[in-house]
Amino acid sequence: MSPKGIPEAVIAAVSGEEHPIAPFLRMDRMPHIWCSTCGIGTTVKALAAAFEKLGTDLDKVAIVSGIGCTGRVAGYVRLDSFHTTHGRPIPFATGLKLANPELDVIVFSGDGDLVAIGGNHFIHAARRNMDIKVVCVNNFIYGMTGGQVAPTTPLTALTSTTPYGNAEPPFNLCHLAAACGANYVARWTALHVRRLTKAFTEILVKPGFCFVEIITPCSTLYARKNRLGTGLDIMKYYHDNTVIEHGADPAEADIVFGGPIICGKFVERDRPTWLEYQDQHLTERLGEKYFRAKALQEACER
Amino acid sequence: MKADPVGVRTGTFYLDGDRAAAEGAIAAGCRFFAGYPITPSTECAEHISERFPEVGGIFIQMEDEIASITAIIGAAWGGARSMTVTSGPGVSLMMENIGLAAMLETPCVVANVQRGGPSTGLPTMVGQADVMQARWGSHGDYEIIAYSPQSPQEAFDFTVKAFNMAEKYRTPVMVLLDECVGHMVEKVVIPPADAIEVEPRRLTDAAKGEYLPYAYGDDLVPDMAEAGMGYRFHVTGLTHDERGYPEMSVRCQDWLVPRLVAKIRQSADDIVEFDEENADGADVVVVSYGISARVSRMAIDLAREEGIEVGFFRLRTIWPFPEKRIAELAKKIKAFVVVEINLGQIFYEVERCARGQCETLLSPHAGGGVHDPEDILKVIEKGAKAK
Amino acid sequence: MRREIRITGFGGQGVILSGVIVGKAASIYDEKNATMSQSYGPEARGSACSTQILVDDKEILYPYIRESDVLVAMSQEGYTKFLGELKADGVLIYDEDLVNPGEIKKGIKAYPIKAQRIAETDLGRKIVTNIVILGFMTAVTKAVPKEAMVEAIKTSVPKGTIELNLKAFERGYDAFREGAGEQVEEGSGARSGAE
Ligand SMILES: Cc1ncc(C[n+]2csc(CCOP(=O)(O)OP(=O)(O)O)c2C)c(N)n1
Ligand code: SF4
Ligand SMILES: [Mg+2]
Repeated sequence: MSPKGIPEAVIAAVSGEEHPIAPFLRMDRMPHIWCSTCGIGTTVKALAAAFEKLGTDLDKVAIVSGIGCTGRVAGYVRLDSFHTTHGRPIPFATGLKLANPELDVIVFSGDGDLVAIGGNHFIHAARRNMDIKVVCVNNFIYGMTGGQVAPTTPLTALTSTTPYGNAEPPFNLCHLAAACGANYVARWTALHVRRLTKAFTEILVKPGFCFVEIITPCSTLYARKNRLGTGLDIMKYYHDNTVIEHGADPAEADIVFGGPIICGKFVERDRPTWLEYQDQHLTERLGEKYFRAKALQEACER
Repeated sequence: MKADPVGVRTGTFYLDGDRAAAEGAIAAGCRFFAGYPITPSTECAEHISERFPEVGGIFIQMEDEIASITAIIGAAWGGARSMTVTSGPGVSLMMENIGLAAMLETPCVVANVQRGGPSTGLPTMVGQADVMQARWGSHGDYEIIAYSPQSPQEAFDFTVKAFNMAEKYRTPVMVLLDECVGHMVEKVVIPPADAIEVEPRRLTDAAKGEYLPYAYGDDLVPDMAEAGMGYRFHVTGLTHDERGYPEMSVRCQDWLVPRLVAKIRQSADDIVEFDEENADGADVVVVSYGISARVSRMAIDLAREEGIEVGFFRLRTIWPFPEKRIAELAKKIKAFVVVEINLGQIFYEVERCARGQCETLLSPHAGGGVHDPEDILKVIEKGAKAK
Repeated sequence: MRREIRITGFGGQGVILSGVIVGKAASIYDEKNATMSQSYGPEARGSACSTQILVDDKEILYPYIRESDVLVAMSQEGYTKFLGELKADGVLIYDEDLVNPGEIKKGIKAYPIKAQRIAETDLGRKIVTNIVILGFMTAVTKAVPKEAMVEAIKTSVPKGTIELNLKAFERGYDAFREGAGEQVEEGSGARSGAE
């Protein structure tokens, strides 16, 4: 915000200046495909803001997405970015990170992508404490394919494949990530841009598997099917129904249709990452023979 | 470029094909391996898990084969030479992402130690029925390069070649071993590092901001950037333009997909390898590959004792297929006899290339063992009687 | 000339290592070609364990045993399973404490040895039974030169056990020379452990 309270974007538009996050985006790809009042764009902006705050060297950041509306994020950020296959951004990111540990590797994808088709990769990457940052845009639905039920869809909610209401209990993603061993677990909504930005600044410097779930409006499909109103109405719903409770037990933070949304930073711990554990263990077992030991030694001395 | 001596275990060894392939990979500079255990390929993964810590490689056993193939693609974009190894059921799971590798033009190597199929089939017994899967398994049009070693020595040699071709043409390359070659122990000579040629990655030297991930020259192969080099490039499995940006149009599809196919097809002469013996003057030419090629030669000896003029044609690479040479031979001979441990796969390929110029006969085997040379002989005898 | 050798026993007897040693000796320390494969899968679970070694001056084209020239049996189960593939005039080597060969067909040249007992009592280590029997097989069949076998043992067994293994090999080798493992008369129906 400018001192006068006029949004920066508006000033930029009026003055012909570049939007402040333009350098972070592939402006040559605009306009994007997302519906107006879709929440995905907001989450991307929060990430850009976090980079700016931290002064991150963007040449060393890579974004990996799967397939879905959220999966398109990789295509809009001006970073090394990989739009992979449905459900597989986590194993892709695993290979990328291990081949070049210098990179900050962020997985940015949808709920269906990460925990339905990709669910097995999700739990195992968390178990291994792979040093990747996983951002899940949870809109409770398969957006890209037209609004089918997802493993996150709350009970009774309507989708195009649950025309009489969803009768399957959903996953509580934060509970899942925490139970599997993630180093950092938080939930925010697309309304909480400031807190979300802060969460991003935290995970960008935190080693290990970090998970941020963002409850996000799919205004076109989920909201319309369930008569939740416009994007703005949903933001209002988030405003009125969010309960912020840092340190809450994620097991107690289930999401119920029409109920409150418990948000906050639920888990922050320091299990060694996969590579740290390998390095430590193999150095102990193999000593000099462990090839990476020398490099690690040099890094320590530096 | 010569191989990095760190990874080359020079010497003479008594090794099985799986482990020889592992040594070939390490010699070729493979430093990232992701895999999931499956008979009869597991020895390769086990061997790499033991060797990698000493050479600076990262070994990870993933949660399944889908994760394994995807991780090696990611690792390639992170700058590593990478490989996974599996068998039929695992390859079936990998197929979507083998297509991703082809579409992103990612150099990587997938070894398939073939066992009897379909489904779980014969886990511990030999098969060669995945050759068409290797060619066509992922959806859409693409070309693949595939090698077929007939011995542990070739498992080493061809795995090195596979890495080189993967880099040269920016494509996934398959090494199609079979259970027999994978599990057979035989003498393997690993040459000194300076005798092993290693193809360097085709990295771009474009100025930052000017790099186009899918711009290409005469050889149709674009130069690559790796994450972290500062190019801030984008790649996608969607149909994409020079910039790597998605474009959903017939125009773009036409610009992209024919090139993916052509970059391999137009270089077939550089890639295709075969052994030929006495084929030109023969009445019957036996076409075979992998372990079946060795068994075929026994049958050829028997047929020659009977006075039949038999030639031999062995595929060292299966894909791309040696179309030109098969077509030439078809004009000179009476019949091809294709010997493979399946119920007719390369057989149809040979028949296609022969274009009716000669007979094409199959000596099939459903899997679980190798042919009886006597059975092959019968088909050769039939071929000799063809007009 | 092609020679097909089957070694069989139960898990833990070092059957596969024996196969590796013979194959390595022939192909690396002698100038022959040799392939070795082991039986895998359900058939390799439990007690039966076997390896096949093919030795030839020429390249080995057929990768499996068709008719074995030599069967080395260290277990009853393995013996029963693989006797059928032994040539009519093949060589049968067996540990007479572990295998009861029953009626041996005419033509088969049978050589019993108490390899396990030699390993246990003379050398104090049952674990080298396989190497004792390899020594014996080397002397009986001359399929692979003794020097090549010695080199192959040196590069195949764990570092600290080379001496013990070489001793075991010599004991087995000498057992034949000393006549301890004399050929059983054809069709004599030798009994196990008959002393
Ligand atoms: C193997 C495979 N199966 C199915 C699809 C179709 N598909 C594309 S996106 C998608 C679901 C996306 O849902 P989500 O991950 O929640 O992303 P959103 O669109 O909601 O952001 C599906 C099923 C596919 N691309 N690949
Ligand atoms: S369909 Fe839903 S998730 Fe997809 S862009 Fe539109 S609003 Fe966003
Ligand atoms: Mg979704």
